[in-house]
Amino acid sequence: MEFTRRETLAIGAGAAVAASLPIGAMAATPADEAIAAFTGGAQMGEGGLTLTAPEIAENGNTVPIEVSAPGAEAIMVLALGNPTPGVARFRFGPNAAAQAASTRIRLAGTQDVLAVARMGDGSFVKASATVKVTIGGCGG
Amino acid sequence: MKFKAMATVAALVLAAPMGAMADPDDDTLVLNDETTMVTKTAAPAHLEGALDTIMSGWHFRSDETQVMQADDFDNPGMVFVENALAAWETADGSEGKSCASCHGAVETMAGVKATYPKWNEDAGKVYTLQNQVNACRTERMGAKAWGYDKQPAIEMEALLSSYSRGMPVNVAIDGPARATWEKGKELYYTRTGQLEMSCANCHEDNYGNMIRADHLSQGQINGFPTYRLKNAKLNGVQSRFKGCVRDTRAETYSPGSEEFIALELYVMSRGNGLSVEGPSVRN
Amino acid sequence: MAIGVKPRVKVPKTAAAGDAITIKTLISHKMESGQRKDKEGNVIPRSIINRFTCEFNGDMVLDVEMFPAISTNPYFQFEAVVPEAGEFRFTWYDDDGDVYDAAKKIAIA
Repeated sequence: MEFTRRETLAIGAGAAVAASLPIGAMAATPADEAIAAFTGGAQMGEGGLTLTAPEIAENGNTVPIEVSAPGAEAIMVLALGNPTPGVARFRFGPNAAAQAASTRIRLAGTQDVLAVARMGDGSFVKASATVKVTIGGCGG
Repeated sequence: MKFKAMATVAALVLAAPMGAMADPDDDTLVLNDETTMVTKTAAPAHLEGALDTIMSGWHFRSDETQVMQADDFDNPGMVFVENALAAWETADGSEGKSCASCHGAVETMAGVKATYPKWNEDAGKVYTLQNQVNACRTERMGAKAWGYDKQPAIEMEALLSSYSRGMPVNVAIDGPARATWEKGKELYYTRTGQLEMSCANCHEDNYGNMIRADHLSQGQINGFPTYRLKNAKLNGVQSRFKGCVRDTRAETYSPGSEEFIALELYVMSRGNGLSVEGPSVRN
Repeated sequence: MAIGVKPRVKVPKTAAAGDAITIKTLISHKMESGQRKDKEGNVIPRSIINRFTCEFNGDMVLDVEMFPAISTNPYFQFEAVVPEAGEFRFTWYDDDGDVYDAAKKIAIA
């Protein structure tokens, strides 16, 4: 496998940020509650759900993400490191051509974003992505 | 250039902050799948000895930020352009006129943004585009001037800029504008604040390097007004100047001041040849 | 009525019957999170759009429950199937009770 210069840089910069910022304790309780409310406590598998997010967000105020789970009825997105973890809950209707959506979200700092999909057969799958949120040098 | 993936993360952690690997990228900005923008080109003659190549700030941003500017729908700045389009056609002031009453369709303003700031003979001084809009408002429409860089003004500037996108910045620095340009140049190279930094220290001497996690650009202003992800609104160039000067821990000039008008003329002239991009998207 | 709220949608004018099309929506809204403080240190109350829906000829395409982590000027991109000519309806629901909507017709080419 080869990395482009940009990818290599991204890994390096991400590692630098990760190394210098203690990652805050996960706000487990509200996120766990949100997951339980969505899944009813069912086990979550993996696969069939793709969460796309940048490795490094240039500004945590506007981070583009995409979720996609062919055949899903609904997808919930949580930002585990935000003061309140809720981001969005997408429900797909009969006229959705794909069970996928993109949006832009706020991340209070470097953290994991979690997506959970309820599939057509009632099962649940999850996917997560770590997004490093950089702290700029210039307030501007 | 490609690196083998085996290059260890640890080594990169050391190398990345040194700046040598933080060069601007070589991506190409194509607007709405139609207009290829000039985002890198030879520097204008007056920059001889300072810069060889001028580059839009677009090259210094992440792919995710870059792509947001490539499509008018994805660019949130265009929402505010639409607000200004309504203002363009709305009568205001004692004369019962709108912008459209004199100028007709806003398409007729294509190319205007590329030439501002410029000398105004009647006023006997250099006008920014916002100065000119306010002159129209007060002298022709009998309306109140808009506050400098305030929302209606910045939206109108973005509207006018949007119709010049893809055209090369071409501000005149000779003739009667020369003295103002010289003043702007002096400000650009004058160190200010407790940190004793000039515009040039960051944007001429260190562009491409990292300032903490921020990637320093050349400070080109061909993309203003700019929608910033940071504050999720359109930002005027003189307000951005204020932010930079404040970051040197100096007392700043105000948006709309003679000093910032002169600085805008000078900095815009450093981008002569780059495409007008406003409203651009930056971090 | 929240100030300066303006919906914007992008839908192709035509599609072949049964085609999937890409829809983009953006609405200008502050999305005040309820986490910020003003200059006096008082918490600025939450005021967000909490739900967005897209329907085609009365059938649901997408129904999104939104939380304060959605960025200012909320943006969504998604795909819809177009079985017949008709109209997409877009609706945004504000915390303050306001409802904003937009509609776009699409023809079968």
